[in-house]
Amino acid sequence: MLKEYRADLHIHTCLSPCGSLDMSPRAIVREAKKKGIEIIAICDHNSAENVLPAQKIGEVEGVTVLAGMEVTSQEEVHLLTLFNDVEGVNRLQEIVYEHLLPGENDEEAFGPQVIVNEEDEVIGMNMRLLIGATTLSINELVDRAQKLGSVVIASHVDRESFSLLGHMGFIPHDLKLTALEISPHITAEQARARFLQMSGYPLVTFSDAHTLEDIGKVSTRFFLEEPTLKEIEKALRGEEGRRIVG
Amino acid sequence: MNLKEMVEKLGLEVKSGAGQMDREVRGGYASDLMSDVMANSRQGDIWVTLQIHQNIVAVASLRELAAIIIVQGRQPEKETVEKAEREGIPILGSPLHTFELVGRLYQMGISGMH
Repeated sequence: MLKEYRADLHIHTCLSPCGSLDMSPRAIVREAKKKGIEIIAICDHNSAENVLPAQKIGEVEGVTVLAGMEVTSQEEVHLLTLFNDVEGVNRLQEIVYEHLLPGENDEEAFGPQVIVNEEDEVIGMNMRLLIGATTLSINELVDRAQKLGSVVIASHVDRESFSLLGHMGFIPHDLKLTALEISPHITAEQARARFLQMSGYPLVTFSDAHTLEDIGKVSTRFFLEEPTLKEIEKALRGEEGRRIVG
Repeated sequence: MNLKEMVEKLGLEVKSGAGQMDREVRGGYASDLMSDVMANSRQGDIWVTLQIHQNIVAVASLRELAAIIIVQGRQPEKETVEKAEREGIPILGSPLHTFELVGRLYQMGISGMH
């Protein structure tokens, strides 16, 4: 039986330097549940160290939590990489850490990068320069993420900063993206009218929340059999009756 | 000024388009946001950038730019050089960073205001 699921697949935790400190995995999952969001994805900048606690809480609360990461390419383009489980995203994290620009996070300038557990307890600080870019080209990042089983969605493509269209001018023809995320500032119709190239891709919109109140501010509804990444992938490709609603 | 003269004066490395060195340079543009270059560069400009992705070739071709100079000794990706050779787009390389290179171009009479 296919049914409609509401998904917000771009949420930062307190691990992202720019994420609010009250964005603990527990608070995020509870906020999503309160707002009727059935599927979320944790997508911190260049790290996935708060994914596992969020998935554990999600199981208890009945919210599907996908394992994600928002990675930064050499061209400073942001990409959402989504996995079903933490093993996949952890493998990509290893590659990202190997290629992250050297240097330590400056908490004063960028904000703290807090690793927590499912009890909301601080278990450490990530001192890497997560705000920076990797030395991997956008094509290489997409390839390597996909080989690990990731669904790759270019982040907020209509924005000028850190976006595929802003930095690259147009979508490289050989880039195998599954979908494009458009920001809340533009509708799918406006996006397709402004950027003709977008007509070849499914468009989704997520909150890119850095604060609790922003969670679910915008979301995408999917028609699925069950709340899994596999089903979402089918919906993005329009297979077997699965689809994006609206 | 043509590309050949510029290459000699600045000690640039020719990475592609060696057959196009007689091209005239009318002005210059420096930016790493390709959407910006697509919107604001002008025909005949020399484009100074640190981007090495193959999209730079299409941008240069679209805007009919004279050539691309990649700064900081960065190496263009293999696909970028291949595409540039196919499309006849000269890519030049300099070990200097953008500020220094643009300053020297300006001293040679290349302006952003043509």
